[in-house]
Amino acid sequence: MSEDVLRLADVTKVYRTAAEEVHALRGVTMTVRRGEFLSIIGPSGSGKSTLLNLLGCLDTPTTGEYFLEDRPVHLLDDEGLASIRNSKIGFVFQNFNLLPRVSARKNVELPLVYSGFSRSERQRRAEEALRRVRLDHRVTHKPNELSGGEKQRVAIARALVTQPSILLADEPTGNLDSRVGEEIIRLLEELNTVQGATILLITHDLAIARRCRRTVEIRDGQILRDTAA
Amino acid sequence: MDGFVDALENIFSNPMRAFLTMLGVIIGVFSVVTLVSIGEGARKYVTDQFSGLGTNVLIITPGKSQTSGGAPMTGTSGTRALTADDARALAQRCPSLEFVSPVILGTAAIKTGNRLRDSTMVVGTTHEHQMIRNIYADVGSFLPKEEAQGNKRVCVLGRNVVKDIFPHGENPLGQYVRIGGTRFQVIGIMERKGYSLGFDIDGLVWIPLKAAEQLFDKDDLFEVLARARPGQLEQAKSEIRRVLMTRHDGYEDFTITSQAQMIESLAKILDVLTYAIAGIAAISLLVGGIGIMNIMLVTVGEKTREIGVRKAVGASRRDILWQFLVESLTISGVGGLIGVAVGVGLALLVHAVVPSLPVLIRPWTIAVSFSFALAVGLFFGVYPAKKAAELDPIEALRYE
Repeated sequence: MSEDVLRLADVTKVYRTAAEEVHALRGVTMTVRRGEFLSIIGPSGSGKSTLLNLLGCLDTPTTGEYFLEDRPVHLLDDEGLASIRNSKIGFVFQNFNLLPRVSARKNVELPLVYSGFSRSERQRRAEEALRRVRLDHRVTHKPNELSGGEKQRVAIARALVTQPSILLADEPTGNLDSRVGEEIIRLLEELNTVQGATILLITHDLAIARRCRRTVEIRDGQILRDTAA
Repeated sequence: MDGFVDALENIFSNPMRAFLTMLGVIIGVFSVVTLVSIGEGARKYVTDQFSGLGTNVLIITPGKSQTSGGAPMTGTSGTRALTADDARALAQRCPSLEFVSPVILGTAAIKTGNRLRDSTMVVGTTHEHQMIRNIYADVGSFLPKEEAQGNKRVCVLGRNVVKDIFPHGENPLGQYVRIGGTRFQVIGIMERKGYSLGFDIDGLVWIPLKAAEQLFDKDDLFEVLARARPGQLEQAKSEIRRVLMTRHDGYEDFTITSQAQMIESLAKILDVLTYAIAGIAAISLLVGGIGIMNIMLVTVGEKTREIGVRKAVGASRRDILWQFLVESLTISGVGGLIGVAVGVGLALLVHAVVPSLPVLIRPWTIAVSFSFALAVGLFFGVYPAKKAAELDPIEALRYE
């Protein structure tokens, strides 16, 4: 049990609009173990974004249970979700989502601002995280002075800086050309194998998905296939 | 503190927009600081003037300014002049009065040899005048008491009068000057006093009451000044009223004013002025606040994605609320500081350009107007900040 980073038990998610009910997830049960590098694939509308939002504690399930390191996420309020996102989750987005006006280091510091670290400690940890993604020479650059690959590496450093339980990457190569995308995937692989980070990747690129040791395929809000199962 | 620095950087990344946003607050604060400083200056000036009179001074003027419910005065029984005899009667029959001084006022040209000073205010009065008005001759002596005045043609000069008609520093004491054609001997020079009660004291000339009656060919008084013995002000008023009404066939055709009443009525005028200023300030601060709210709503819209990112990495609602509140408070605070600086500068400038306009910048004026600016920032910042804090992170991240 201690090996499990997260555990979903029969999770559903229903969106109610005025006209209809949308069943985005229809009973998902899965477990992610520490040190895993897995991908979630599925066509658009399959529910993989909803699943990512739930895993990332941006949203809570309609029914079912979600334990993140034995913490019952499905019972947390807004404040509790914010705190768990801060300490346990690292997000990497397709479009980087960096703050445009501040330096790479300040971007990486951002999560630490909300965990109450001192300025000097934030700087130290942010620079350390930037070293881990080999961007120590770009510390003071602003996003518009960085290439796409560099931006994504800043975003990865930001996701790593709090030493989260899991790194959630949503189409991390989607806005990059294939050569740079390959670099990012290699970096994620390295973080997984060398530094032991648990990484969950959402993609529709089967070539990338095939490189993960485990692939979970989602369709119509249910798990269609799980190579670990 | 970090939030404050971030907010400053944020705001000044677009200086023109920041300035326009602050403008309402700046105008509100600087108009309050400037106008209140001028108002306070006026209040202090007036209060000082009347305080110089002393709290026990009463001014009796002919005519009724306040009706007290009696029968309306009609026909020939209207306003009657106050006379030197009235003043004498007051001095004799009002035991609670310490000093009484009748005053005749006129203007005349003052001449010595080849020097001329046109339309100079001439005060015909008695020795007691200096005790009541609290102005004394510091060279020579003041006018004698009424009973010792006889037909003496003597005068006491104000400092500016001396300067004008004895320009070469001659000693005026014992010299003769012509006042309205009549020769008077200078027996004293008054201490420098500046303005008091709207008169340029230094530009006055004092002569005996009888001489003034003859010079201006009238025996009705401008006013009678009186000083009550300590603690007997109210008693003095009723004594004066009784004595004068007896002499005036039962009519109260005169007005008794005390220093306190004058300060009070002027203070009322100044209070109205203060309310008017407060109204102006409230309106412009309101407009300024709406401006801040408007720009904060725009900012929240622009930063939707950023808010999403911040929430994704762990910002709570309170963190986001605080971030935007700090920003609106910073806008209003910086606007308030600029407003205070402009207001103080303008008040000092006004005083430098028009020295006769008194200006008094009180610390509480600055403190209160600055606090109001902050309060406006807080009040009008709450709605946009709440809007930002309530954003759903998933939708905010998806926002283009």
